[in-house]
Amino acid sequence: MSQADLTMHGHSTAGAMAEPTFSVPAKKMAMWLFIIADTATFAGCLVAYGFIRNATPNWPRPFHSITNVALMTFILLTSSLTMLIAVREAHAGDKPKAFRWIMITAVAGALFAILHIREWMNMIGEGATLFHNPWGTPLFSSCFFAITGLHLLHVTGGIIALIAVGIRYQGGRYKADDIEITGLYWHFVDLVWMFVVPLVYLLNLSH
Amino acid sequence: MTTAEPQKGNGIGKDLAVYVCMLVLAGIQFFIAFQDITAAQMFERMLIVAIIEGGLALLFFMHLADNRGLRWFVIIFTVSVLLGMQYGWTDSSRLTNGVPWGRVNVNTQ
Repeated sequence: MSQADLTMHGHSTAGAMAEPTFSVPAKKMAMWLFIIADTATFAGCLVAYGFIRNATPNWPRPFHSITNVALMTFILLTSSLTMLIAVREAHAGDKPKAFRWIMITAVAGALFAILHIREWMNMIGEGATLFHNPWGTPLFSSCFFAITGLHLLHVTGGIIALIAVGIRYQGGRYKADDIEITGLYWHFVDLVWMFVVPLVYLLNLSH
Repeated sequence: MTTAEPQKGNGIGKDLAVYVCMLVLAGIQFFIAFQDITAAQMFERMLIVAIIEGGLALLFFMHLADNRGLRWFVIIFTVSVLLGMQYGWTDSSRLTNGVPWGRVNVNTQ
């Protein structure tokens, strides 16, 4: 391929990039496609859990208190708000403020993860493992640890991404759009939690 | 072009209002958990609230409300993927519950 061809192709690519799909930059579109794919992953897990729960007689309901899960929900929802503020400040061009709000979001995420692990430790302390639990069918703890573990993995990944993107944004390597794309992921993690809480926790609350 | 454009004119007040709405909806889910209803009713009600919460997050936190084309793309694509997944789940349902229409015919005879 000649230099002229390369130049021509370069121009045609640039032309194509000037009019991105739905007026959304390629990186943001990639994040949306990832979110759709991840929706399928979580939907698969939750629907499978629904089938197992429905097909298993005497499904355990071991949760006595909602305090911890309510606190976790509050923290995650609040972290979405702080993420929104971070994106807003980044687009306004206020780097120090944007960085501060990103770090506050990451701290909220870390707090959520700590509360989550504390809950896991309590359950493990009561004798629940991936293949066994003292309340009946071992499928309960398999489903519980698998679904909440998958979500916790996403939260952990989100915290790492927030810190990494925040530092690079502060250093000038990333732009406000990159903060917004990371924010999309963080809001998605929050969105998934809204389905995990009622299906995995609240439906298994002992009365 | 930046993605900041859609956020023009939307103040922090709107984000706060959506945040409060989502907190209230989350509270409603917790309230439903303590109602004296069957598990199926509880599931239905909680799922409806969760879908509303998810919709608010998608529209306002993830700014789908500002981009009509992207909104329909995400809705159509996600619903198609989720419906496509049901192809396998129908098999699982038949394994656990038997053929649904066959069972109805037996009961009505």
